[in-house]
Amino acid sequence: MSGIPVLSLLVFAPWAGALLLVLLPNLGQRACRALTLVFSLSTLGLGLAAAGSFDRADTGYQFVETHRWIASLNVNYHLGLDGLSLILVLLTGLLAPAGLLASQRGDRDPGHFGMLFLLLQGAALGVFLALDFFHWFIFWELSLLPAYFLIKCWGGPGAARAAFQFVIYTMGGSAFLLLGFVAIFAATGTLDFVQLAHLGASGELGARLSALGGFWPEAVFLGVFLGFAVKVPLYPFHTWLPAAYAEAPTGVSMFLTGILSKMGVYGFLRILWPLFPGQLHAAALPLLWLALGGVVLGAFAAMKQTDLKRMVAYSSVNHLGYCLLALFAVSAATGRLGSPGASDAAALSGTLLQIFNHGISAAALFFCVGILEERSGGRRGLGDFGGVRTVAPVFAGLCGLAMFSSLGLPGLNGFVGEFLIFRGVWGLVPWAAAIACLGLLATALFLMTFWQRVFHGPRAGAAAGPFADIRGLDLAVLIPLAALMIVLGVLPQILTGLFNPLITSWAGHLPLP
Amino acid sequence: MIPTPAQVWLIPCLPLLAAGLGAVTPRRGRRLAAAAAILGMLGALVLSGFALCGALAAPSVHAFSNFDWFALGDGAVRLGWLLDPLSALLCAMVSLVGVLIFVFSLGYMDEDPNFTRFFCFLSLFASAMLCVVLANSLLLLFIGWEVMGLASYLLIGFWFHKPAAAAAAKKAFIVTRIGDLGLLLGMVWLYSATGSLLFYDGGRGVLEAGVLGGLAAPGLAGGLAASTGIGLLVFCGAAGKSGQFPLHVWLPDAMEGPTPVSALIHAATMVAAGVFLIARMFPLFSADLALPSVPVHALTVVAGIGAITALLGAAIAVAQQDLKRVLAFSTISQLGYMMLALGVGSWVAAIFHLLTHAFFKALLFLSAGSVIHATHHEQDIRRLGGLRGPMRTTFATFAVGMMALAGVPFLFSGFWSKEAILRAASGWTVSSLPLYAGLAGVVLTAFYMTRLLCGVFGGEARSPAAAHAHESPATITVPLVVLSIGSIGLGFLGTPAWPWLQSQLTGERIPSRPLLEGGGLTVLSIVLVATGLGAGWALYARRGRATAGDKDPLEAAAPGIFAFLGARMKIDEAYAATVGRLCSLSAAFADFLDRRVWGGLVAALGKLGEGAGSLNSGADEAGINAAFDAVTRGLRRTGRAYSKAQTGEAQGYLRALAVAFVVLALLALFGGLR
Repeated sequence: MSGIPVLSLLVFAPWAGALLLVLLPNLGQRACRALTLVFSLSTLGLGLAAAGSFDRADTGYQFVETHRWIASLNVNYHLGLDGLSLILVLLTGLLAPAGLLASQRGDRDPGHFGMLFLLLQGAALGVFLALDFFHWFIFWELSLLPAYFLIKCWGGPGAARAAFQFVIYTMGGSAFLLLGFVAIFAATGTLDFVQLAHLGASGELGARLSALGGFWPEAVFLGVFLGFAVKVPLYPFHTWLPAAYAEAPTGVSMFLTGILSKMGVYGFLRILWPLFPGQLHAAALPLLWLALGGVVLGAFAAMKQTDLKRMVAYSSVNHLGYCLLALFAVSAATGRLGSPGASDAAALSGTLLQIFNHGISAAALFFCVGILEERSGGRRGLGDFGGVRTVAPVFAGLCGLAMFSSLGLPGLNGFVGEFLIFRGVWGLVPWAAAIACLGLLATALFLMTFWQRVFHGPRAGAAAGPFADIRGLDLAVLIPLAALMIVLGVLPQILTGLFNPLITSWAGHLPLP
Repeated sequence: MIPTPAQVWLIPCLPLLAAGLGAVTPRRGRRLAAAAAILGMLGALVLSGFALCGALAAPSVHAFSNFDWFALGDGAVRLGWLLDPLSALLCAMVSLVGVLIFVFSLGYMDEDPNFTRFFCFLSLFASAMLCVVLANSLLLLFIGWEVMGLASYLLIGFWFHKPAAAAAAKKAFIVTRIGDLGLLLGMVWLYSATGSLLFYDGGRGVLEAGVLGGLAAPGLAGGLAASTGIGLLVFCGAAGKSGQFPLHVWLPDAMEGPTPVSALIHAATMVAAGVFLIARMFPLFSADLALPSVPVHALTVVAGIGAITALLGAAIAVAQQDLKRVLAFSTISQLGYMMLALGVGSWVAAIFHLLTHAFFKALLFLSAGSVIHATHHEQDIRRLGGLRGPMRTTFATFAVGMMALAGVPFLFSGFWSKEAILRAASGWTVSSLPLYAGLAGVVLTAFYMTRLLCGVFGGEARSPAAAHAHESPATITVPLVVLSIGSIGLGFLGTPAWPWLQSQLTGERIPSRPLLEGGGLTVLSIVLVATGLGAGWALYARRGRATAGDKDPLEAAAPGIFAFLGARMKIDEAYAATVGRLCSLSAAFADFLDRRVWGGLVAALGKLGEGAGSLNSGADEAGINAAFDAVTRGLRRTGRAYSKAQTGEAQGYLRALAVAFVVLALLALFGGLR
């Protein structure tokens, strides 16, 4: 399919759907939902098609589209896809329709909801595929607006404040990111990620930035870092997250945790690390501690939560901490004499697997909490339920699967990524792996507490009365996710096959500090 | 049709299929689920039998079959299957005991509404356990290990509507996970250090001499060898799973699960997996023995923990009042013996005891289950009694199990395997303490088992439930009889006179020695067994308890000690006060950090922004705008003043013109204006 601009289609198909919804304001609710879902599913279809013709051995960008855009600023419309973006596109293709299906029962204005959701989806895809900072940043910022309105207008009682904080905080981070790139443009005259990565690898970028003034390389690094650190979020820039995730409607929470948080990790891997290998290496030790803070303190904070949705939100802080821990460990050990490439490959593969697996399991967990909320008339406290397994055994089974996937039970998807991360980090920075173990323990503790209080014991609280087991649409959301948890746990090759050559080349050509 | 190593995956696969089938079977499909489970297990048993024949034909060979799991970097993560006498024997034991317990469960769980789910979980467990024993890769073993933990969790909490069962399940999962984190770290360390997790791989496996040589070098801080560190971390996992002090606390609580579960998982098989793991990795554990100057050998720690556990479990068992708790602490104690044997270097004795223990402890638990079934879930030995008459078969089988466990000489298997352990301990040059602990444990074991037997079966019935008990149906008693045969006969496979098992496991011919080799020790242990039996007999059989409210003779004699042992030495309370508190404090601290410190900083930053905003607007309002306003106000005032002059009257204008003309003329005249 050489002639077809697959990547442009991927990005703009959801936006075309959004446009259609705007142009057809008199559509009925069902038609609106159907239209939204079809356009949302386009990502999965196109993503699978791209995966089908994706050359796995090629570690460069594929399906590349380049067009001159603003000549005076040397800005190009440049899209490309490699193993990293491919798994993120596939994850978006999975979770966006799942999030929409999870929102099917909300009766408030499905037209606008769908429009905003599709806008958000397209923006996320743009972030994963754009290779020029100019439009990459437009996508990056455009993802905020629909998210803001989705949280504020369809969220819970505290949604207005949570949405406000989310947007302001993230925009604050982005402002530094933008400033950083202005400086980069001033120094290099290009905003193309590929060219910048070459400059970064050769150390030329740092040299040109220092030509502007001695502190510029560090300042620009810090600015770009802040933008991504808030987005992921890296501890302690995470305080917007629990409120935003908890107040958002279920489907949006699924998308936020599954995709939006991955935009930050993607930024670390695609932009910060290749452009600033030296600075990242120099800052790696404190950054490792911050990542460990997310892993350990994030999990312990989850233990203290009584709102189930906040608990799951904190578990995301913990899980994303592993991704960054692995990257920082790789960076910390880069250039060390005899640094073993096998550890780097393991850590980076683990990060990519964790990106995908966390998306699946966290989205499933948010959905399960959403079901509890819906069945109980909006209650989602740890003490609001009891014995749900007695009345809803199928739901209990699927939710249990998501939980065990999330706590890294071998045989399910979460384990493979975490095992590789621990394997890699141990080989690079052993003490960090040892400390991170505490996070695994705390995760098991709070998830088991969740399970015990809500599903076990005598029927109580919201489960004392009539409480229907899941069926129909809910199963359509959970069954594919649950199936993936098992399949990817047993056959991780399905995913690793897509990116292993890329990881191998990363690990083989680590940018020297 | 002897399976090759490449085919042994079929053995765990059959129960796994049954588990999958059981998971999707609706509740009314009881027969289907049970039939699938039992057939799957029978299939595994038959295959294991063939595999055993194959392995025993060439006992010195570790036949393996490795494969790529997924590509990683330039290489791949590899897993594999292993067939040697150790794995084949364990495999055969697990599937045989499994089949018997599955059949037993048919009768025992007959009235349970979640019957299908029960067989699904049991099959899942069996599959995972078979995967553990057949794995040729620590990673594959770990996968099975954790899935086994999941199955154990599900089965302990099988009656999840009971809060005690739900809490026990969670406790078991968490406590074993603490140990498993050590195992995980040991595993990634081993992987980092050697680049492989395969046990045997044609010279490149981690248990083979070429790789071990590199690990057993004093390279760490304090002169520790990497193999010692890895071994100790792996031992954490083994200690958690096998209920070793200080991670033993979950095992007694696990008795909240249905009795077949206690028999299969928490007595015969899963809890022995830790012992198996160390036996499997024994070359790694013993690699540091060649280094005389290291601060500690991995096996020394294993022996110490094993000895403590053997003694502690036996002591606590003396003062328990719950039928299943006595057996649970006895399991802990016996697992301690096995660890002790591993620690003093005789992994063969440990595996011998593991096999015999699997049979007699499963027998004891299932007999206890028969009692519990017959008395409508009465487990308190104070409220049982007098069952000797109405439950003859159960009494006989329980007595066989009790004598095997107590180590009654010659006829019973427990005697031979325990002798092997004590003999190994007496030959250990590092310390004699494990031997003394083992010998003390022998007296206690014989004593508490006599107390239990007398309490349950002797005397008169002390509750209506016990008085109305009847013998259980054949699905329950037939497995008991089969297990009794095993509990007696298995011992003869490893006597000093005919060390068949030892020869098979090591793959070397071990010469036959006198039946009572090392006579002094054997005589001593027989005397100790007799002492324990006699003391128990004197205290509990001759003067049996008359009513449920009677005090235990030991309680009357030493109430403080009895209460302390009865409360399990307060170890649970100590954990709640330390580890539990630490955990909740950490959680509170993390939450505080978020809400007050980081959240506060963000709020302060927001306030700062707000402050800057209001400062800015203040400066605008009071400074720039006010000045601008003042200027415009002045302008307007001036304008207004001027506008008064603009009256529109021609006379006024002319008047002003005339005055101005006069003034100008005067100025011109007198001011010198030309």
